Amino acid sequence: MQFEHLLRELAPQVLGAILRRYRDFAAAEDAVQEALVAAATQWPREGVPGNPRAWLTQVASRRMSDQIRSDVARRQRETAAALEAGYVVPAPDPGSDCGEDDTLILMYMCCHPALTTSSAIALTLRAVGGLTTAEIAHAFLVPEGTMAQRISRAKQTIKESDIPFRMPVRDERHGRLRAILHVIYLIFNEGYTASEGEQLQRADLAAEAIRLARVVYTKLPEDAEIAGLLALMLLTDARRAGRTGPQNEVIPLDKQDRSLWDRAQIAEGVKLISAALTRGAVGPYQLQAAIAAVHDEAVTASDTDWPQILALYSVLNKMVDNPMVILNHAVAVAMVHGPEEGLRLIAKLEATGRLRDHHRLYAVRGHLLEMAEQLTGAIENYQAAAARTASLPERNYLLAQAARLRDLQRR
Amino acid sequence: MKFILMMGMKTDEESRSRGIMTWPQEDIQAHIQFMLGFNKQLKAAGELVSAEGLAWPDQAKLVRADKDGAPVTDGVFPESKEFLIGYWVIDVESAERAYQIAARASAAPGPGGVPLNMPIEVRQIMSGPPEM
Repeated sequence: MQFEHLLRELAPQVLGAILRRYRDFAAAEDAVQEALVAAATQWPREGVPGNPRAWLTQVASRRMSDQIRSDVARRQRETAAALEAGYVVPAPDPGSDCGEDDTLILMYMCCHPALTTSSAIALTLRAVGGLTTAEIAHAFLVPEGTMAQRISRAKQTIKESDIPFRMPVRDERHGRLRAILHVIYLIFNEGYTASEGEQLQRADLAAEAIRLARVVYTKLPEDAEIAGLLALMLLTDARRAGRTGPQNEVIPLDKQDRSLWDRAQIAEGVKLISAALTRGAVGPYQLQAAIAAVHDEAVTASDTDWPQILALYSVLNKMVDNPMVILNHAVAVAMVHGPEEGLRLIAKLEATGRLRDHHRLYAVRGHLLEMAEQLTGAIENYQAAAARTASLPERNYLLAQAARLRDLQRR
Repeated sequence: MKFILMMGMKTDEESRSRGIMTWPQEDIQAHIQFMLGFNKQLKAAGELVSAEGLAWPDQAKLVRADKDGAPVTDGVFPESKEFLIGYWVIDVESAERAYQIAARASAAPGPGGVPLNMPIEVRQIMSGPPEM
């Protein structure tokens, strides 16, 4: 549906325009949602108006002034002092037609550090992504009422924290931009590996995250980390079709049918990351994208350039202090220098207690023990991982790994 | 009428020694296939309200509030306790229909494809006030 695409693109621009006039984020956001719903019912019947953005802005503005009028009327009824009514409908601001930047400002607002990440995610999807509450609720497998409440609490927080609708000041911008990228990446991950439930991939969220990253990238093309994040998501998402089998079962990277990978998406990701890396100021998203690119470009699993991946993980490991990165680094070490070296690093990580009882630690150790042909230990670790994961497809996969090795031992 | 069908897992040594962790790969796959198909059929029949699998009890905690209302967690359980590991909520015409569905879940294949005939607890879900 063509106009649906258009609506999603226009949603943040219209919201920005309304916010410039009325400032009340919560009410403005509701008004824009109503305008979007009106468009979704009217446009298919009557055709898309000549200036769809102006149409939406006008409908949303009307909702806003209706709302304000009824608030004022209520106040007037409630208090005799009618004149003290504080609301005045401001004149439309003719000068500000900068829908482009509004989208970015909105992003800053929705990903503000005052919000919890789950609120920021929900708000970004609604206010910037133009998704309905029902769609967001569906994507996160929660009842619509719960999601509506999460969104309205997020708006309340914005109101209480007095977060202004404008670009963050220069000093803050870097940190605030990182928060935006983090929220986009979380949306992608939620879509790519659902943390719970049967459905391993919820493609819509991944696609939405990529769309949002594209929006930010077009606004700030000179930022290498945005390009890195966009590339990372494209290069990861390109493997989607190969990643699960017909029964939604997990297929690990080295067993995937690489002919199912999306070559066009890989090409785009590789181009993006290659250009970003030459610009200097290498960051974590760029490094992860570079690693994904090395995997994607290997014709078969055994062609994978592991020394290259190891080099990239070593840089990443120095840059960020993240136990998951340490774990992945250990896998790369094992692939280049043998499983014993990798297992040593995992033992060191475990001793720090940072990933204690995390299923990934057991899963990776199971894999490396299997490489080292220590089947009994591998089985124990796969089973320990299965008992700890909250992903059903992953649990099934780990159970199958353990069973496969047990079958081998029985022979 | 809505019912919840609850599937449990025993954690004592004896039960563990027969548990899914000990089955051959083929039998595990068959069991998983059965469960996926079972959910699909319920959905297709318009009887499924929701179905959830729970993480295994290894990480389960018992939580109580202390006198200040702060959570006190207890992670050590007595052996041989039975834990909920998954449930279905179904909306069906009669209790008999709920029992039929429960029996199908109970007969999920185990080692060698032999039906497990595991116990499924069936409980009716309270409804709203009767219509006037």
